[in-house]
Amino acid sequence: MIALSDYLIFGAILFMISMAGIFLNRKNVIVLLMSIELLLLAVNTNLIAFSHYLGDVTGQIFVFFILTVAAAEAAVGLAIIVLVFRNRKSINVDDLGTIKG
Amino acid sequence: MTFLQFIFYLLAAIAVIAGLKMISVKNPVQAALWLVLAFISTAGIWLIAEAEFLGLALILVYVGAVMVLFLFVVMMLDINVAEFKEGFTRYLPLGVLTALAIFALMYLVLGPERFGLEQVAAPAETASAQSNTLALAVPLYTEHVYAFILAAVLLLVGIVAAITLTLRRRPNTEVLYQDIDKQIKTRAQDRFEMVKMPAHVEKPLPEKEKEE
Repeated sequence: MIALSDYLIFGAILFMISMAGIFLNRKNVIVLLMSIELLLLAVNTNLIAFSHYLGDVTGQIFVFFILTVAAAEAAVGLAIIVLVFRNRKSINVDDLGTIKG
Repeated sequence: MTFLQFIFYLLAAIAVIAGLKMISVKNPVQAALWLVLAFISTAGIWLIAEAEFLGLALILVYVGAVMVLFLFVVMMLDINVAEFKEGFTRYLPLGVLTALAIFALMYLVLGPERFGLEQVAAPAETASAQSNTLALAVPLYTEHVYAFILAAVLLLVGIVAAITLTLRRRPNTEVLYQDIDKQIKTRAQDRFEMVKMPAHVEKPLPEKEKEE
């Protein structure tokens, strides 16, 4: 049988990979956004595993809403990237440091 | 090792390898395709965890819509692929160290000592006739209906925000736009006027032309 910890560790590995992706890809905002999507996927896997093992469907409803919010976030994020590229001809993260803070 | 376990570990390995490739390839189109592979194998894992509706929704919504949107944006932007990995080696030690530290912390909490089979017993398999979609839909439309409506409004706001952000008005010399305000406010009497005129009677044609 598959233990709950297997799901949780799988989620943790995905989370780790996407966090490393956010650290490493400093030149490309698009891969940064993709890493955030993978991060949300890891969190969703955890929620689904707990929902399965505790026999409570609320976790899956949470995942449903996270998917909705992530889709909206991806759309708005990509629109912002298109705008930034149109104005600066670059999507390098280091070029976007005009707002100091 | 049962067959289900074998499938689980296979899918998990595919997802992990795809994730690693996604953060390390140079070309963003390839990165998007690796992410699609990670999504598909994770959807398989969700199916194993008996979340059938969400597993299929992940493929439909993510692979079908969000990743295609990503690919469209990657293709629309004319980006220089060569310089993407410049800082990669510089940040590599820090990134790997942070990621491993996070993973170690998570493993201490979520490892088999606390969430193994002895601590959390595997749930009984649900009958195949029992619908996961129904089990998800009933609380969604009753208990969580307010959040459901809010999610719909959020998606609408997302559409409006994305369109207004990327909409670019060019001067009227380049492109002619339809001005809906102006069109609605148009009145017939501004454009069309009835003028009274004396009737004009045509002369009968001469005989010669008639013969021809």
